[in-house]
Amino acid sequence: MSEPRATVLVVEDEPEIRRFLRTSLAAEGYRVVEAESGARGAVDAATHKPDLAVVDLGLPDVDGVEVIRRIRKWSAMPILVLSARTREQAKVDALDAGADDYVTKPFGVGELLARLRVALRHASRSPTGEEVLRLGPVEADLKRRRISRGGAEVHLTPIEFRLLNCLAQHLGMVVTHRQLLREVWGPSYVEHTHYLRIYMKQLRDKLEEDPVRPKHLLTETGVGYRLVGDD
Amino acid sequence: MAAARPDPDALLARVQREEEKARRGKLKIFFGATAGVGKTYAMLEEARRQKAKGGDVVVGYVEPHGRAETEALLEGLEQLPYRTVTYRGAALRDFDLDAALARKPALLLVDELAHTNPIEGQPPPRHGKRWQDIEELRDAGIDVYTTVNVQHIESLNDIVAGITGVRMRETVPDVVFETADEVELVDTPPDELLERLRAGKVYVPEQARQALESFFRKGNLIALRELALRTTADRVDAAMREYKEGHAIRETWAAGERILVAIGPYEEAERLVRAGKRLATALHAEWIVVYVETPDLLRLPEAERDRRIELLRKAESLGAEAVTLGGSSAGEEIANYARTRNVTRILIGRPRRALWRRLLRPSTYGELLANTEGIDVHVVGGADEAAALRSPFLARTRAYLQAARPESAKVRWPGYAWAVIATALCTVVGAVTAPLFELANIVMVYLLAVVLIAVRHGRGPAITASVLGVASFDFFFVPPQFTFAVSDAQYLITFAIMLAVALVISNLAASVRLQARVAGHRERRTALLYAMSRELAATRGQEAMARAAVRHVSEVFESQAVVLLPDAGRLRYPRGDSIAGSLHGADLSIAQWVQDHGHAAGLGTDTLPGAEALYLPLHGGPAPPEGARPVLGVLAVLPANPRRVTLPEQYHLLETFAAQIALALERAEFAERAQRASIDAETEGLRNALLASISHDLRTPLAVISGASSSLAEGGERMSPAERAGLARSVFEQSQQMAQLVANVLEMTRLEAGAIALERDWHSLAEIAGAVLRRLTGPLASHAVEVHLPPDLPLVRVDATLLEQVFANLLQNAAKYTPPGTHVVLRAERADGRLRVSIEDDGPGLPPGDPEQLFAKFERGAREGAIGGVGLGLAICRAIVRLHGGRIWAERLPGAGAAFRFTLPLETPPEAPPEP
Repeated sequence: MSEPRATVLVVEDEPEIRRFLRTSLAAEGYRVVEAESGARGAVDAATHKPDLAVVDLGLPDVDGVEVIRRIRKWSAMPILVLSARTREQAKVDALDAGADDYVTKPFGVGELLARLRVALRHASRSPTGEEVLRLGPVEADLKRRRISRGGAEVHLTPIEFRLLNCLAQHLGMVVTHRQLLREVWGPSYVEHTHYLRIYMKQLRDKLEEDPVRPKHLLTETGVGYRLVGDD
Repeated sequence: MAAARPDPDALLARVQREEEKARRGKLKIFFGATAGVGKTYAMLEEARRQKAKGGDVVVGYVEPHGRAETEALLEGLEQLPYRTVTYRGAALRDFDLDAALARKPALLLVDELAHTNPIEGQPPPRHGKRWQDIEELRDAGIDVYTTVNVQHIESLNDIVAGITGVRMRETVPDVVFETADEVELVDTPPDELLERLRAGKVYVPEQARQALESFFRKGNLIALRELALRTTADRVDAAMREYKEGHAIRETWAAGERILVAIGPYEEAERLVRAGKRLATALHAEWIVVYVETPDLLRLPEAERDRRIELLRKAESLGAEAVTLGGSSAGEEIANYARTRNVTRILIGRPRRALWRRLLRPSTYGELLANTEGIDVHVVGGADEAAALRSPFLARTRAYLQAARPESAKVRWPGYAWAVIATALCTVVGAVTAPLFELANIVMVYLLAVVLIAVRHGRGPAITASVLGVASFDFFFVPPQFTFAVSDAQYLITFAIMLAVALVISNLAASVRLQARVAGHRERRTALLYAMSRELAATRGQEAMARAAVRHVSEVFESQAVVLLPDAGRLRYPRGDSIAGSLHGADLSIAQWVQDHGHAAGLGTDTLPGAEALYLPLHGGPAPPEGARPVLGVLAVLPANPRRVTLPEQYHLLETFAAQIALALERAEFAERAQRASIDAETEGLRNALLASISHDLRTPLAVISGASSSLAEGGERMSPAERAGLARSVFEQSQQMAQLVANVLEMTRLEAGAIALERDWHSLAEIAGAVLRRLTGPLASHAVEVHLPPDLPLVRVDATLLEQVFANLLQNAAKYTPPGTHVVLRAERADGRLRVSIEDDGPGLPPGDPEQLFAKFERGAREGAIGGVGLGLAICRAIVRLHGGRIWAERLPGAGAAFRFTLPLETPPEAPPEP
């Protein structure tokens, strides 16, 4: 893999899951630091200076969300969350607390590694964004606010554009409804989730080949949206 | 011979009795003629023998009376500590029941069975009488030794009083004596006893020495000794009879005797009941005590009335059946009842009626004799020490004097005022008409006034009017006028007849009024009871019934009440809001005691009478195998005025209420039990289906996972990379399937437990469907899926996560149960103001049978096939759709294929503000 040997902190209480994460991550060339409790994890995050943290939400001592908050107080390192399937709200809480993405248990290693790579890449990218975003036949030059589809220019309203831009800032990663509403409409609109449904449909109609089966503007039911590029 | 075979029912009853006996502690009574015969001594000696045999013997309470011999015997025996009771400023030693129950020895010695516990002492005792303490000890399985003298036996009380002239206040119900497992007579000849008395070996308190000297006369001692010997002999006789019955030794018995004891308002009723008991015991007969509630009853002073009803309860405790009859003529009622019950003997008291009353109306005695051919009528009679105390005349006088009071003066005084006013009016009318009419007509006017007063205001005012009338007539009209002097002696006869007629009229009219009041009284009682019964009958569930009962009881008895129901044997306060009249401060420990022992306790009873409230057990019907009546709960009543429940009449009524409540509760319990049984069966069935289903669906993936992973672990290096990858992939796929299975079971459990709260928000159906289709790309890869959603589909207010689950389950089913290449169409449209979503396929269609069955839990299109899944998918879909207020169903499509459709309610979605 092209990434340098990054250090990954795994905060997880189940020894078997730690074991398989260690094996899989080491096989991919990552250096792994393990912490079996939330308190330990928060300390290790400071002492080992990892490049990324994987935090289980169901820890026995401290709530995983609390661990994320503690790390976020001083560090912008990407944080991935592991969570049980039926607990959508816990994921949202973790994401709103500063986590960057999540993987639902049970998960395949492939999925985890993909998320991990996206998060690391996002962290290493310069915040000012540069190249043109490719979404199938659509090319989006966000800096110049120019969007085209198969060469023809596509007109986006200001809100549609802000929505696309916000998702593109977190390319490949999930963005919660709350985050989107706050950044696109403003802090007083965080409860108006129906705005999102309406504008997301408009955006898909303009950018997706089959708006019902989107390939790029994906729905994470109960959590938020995710913009996926071509690769 | 068939006739000699013991009656199976009787045998069964005996077996039950014996079982009950075996569970309870045994009671041995050391029985003597008088104090000083050496009962305590004999008891202690026996206890030492038991102890020497290795028995667990404890002395609970023994009065040593400072006698050295007794104290010597106490040595070496474990003694319970005494309880110290403060009573009227003095500290008394008393038996500690709780300590005894806590210690729970095999055998406990408690002296003086007839002892009365100091009720007003501090702390208050649990029971009023020691024999009740002993009953509780026996209930706890503790064997008890105790002592008692013959004069303390309830039914012998009169006889002993007759012999000695001393009436015992401390008595023991006969049933305690009769049901004792063993009675040992401790006998000392009178001469020896007198010798011991003289030698000071019999404990006598100083202040009682004088009285006892007359008691311990030789004649008394001989008589008491004979009584004790006879009583013991009777017991032996009864034991013999039981033995004979048990062994089918049958002799010719006189046809079953049944004795009826009729107690009325005037006789020495207590004597009568005791006489009945003795006769019943002697004849081995069952006996009934009947009380006829005639209008006369209401004329009695209140305390007297209460005594009658108390007597009925006492009779019950002596083993009689107590019955209250109503009617105007006691004699007729008794005779009718006696005939219906095949009574062979009737006991009545000697009538004590004034001669003129006897002439005026036939006596109960006469009526009875006229109506009871073939029944022996015994008249129990007459003079005894009580008669000297209160002659019938005095009693009647007192009764009249008191009778004027109980109805409360404020009601009565207007009556007397009216008597005066009416007489005055008559005098005015007489004065006006005197010149026109003869004096005889004026007498009529006065008599009319008496009748009117009697009907409206009762006996007292009517008598007043009679006397005033005669006096006014004399004073105002009979010459010489305006003096009470009478010139013509003839008028004296007029006065006498006028007074007699006035009195008779007033008596008759007042009787009519009283009868109406009796009828009204009884009617009111019936109406109250009926009102509650009706409401209870219309109520479902024990809690609701308890509320209804509380409302009625608190209203009728002007009290606070609560019905405490047991929860796994422990009583608890009802849940939910309290209602008016509900009692908050009920003592749960007393209530629990009542629940466990099935006896009433608290205010007005013998058990914990110091408590503020009264606690009544709610007895259910008899449970066949044990014979003991289960206690369904406890009714606690705290009256504003204690007399509202302590008056025997009221108490009786309250008991009737309790019986009605118990009946209703029992009905509810049966209903609940029946329902629970059917729910249990259903749950059991579901659990079995789940187990069967899960065991199949878990075993398959587990077999694959363990097989494939062990191959990888043990021989992975010998395989080609492709083979390794293949095995690893199947492990992954199978584990995913298991995850899905576990998730479904969890989801169903949560849905069923109602643990899922809908998190509704405005969502786009297309978005949810899109997310599902992306998630199921793998499973649906070999199916051709089409999506037909109209572009103007409105937003719906749903829980997106749950709705996604519905789509996922339906699409997975389509993938699982149709062959590859099948077309699957997802469509949505508006229909009848709702949104209708369909997932259709052109596959093999639904299995035969009612499609509705598919939505039941653990149902699958193809049973036990190779297709995984627990058959929970559609059940989950239905639960979710229903939560959203929609409906889901399956259809067979014309031609081939199946359709699963569900509806969702449509609401007006909010709009987003237009962009500038």
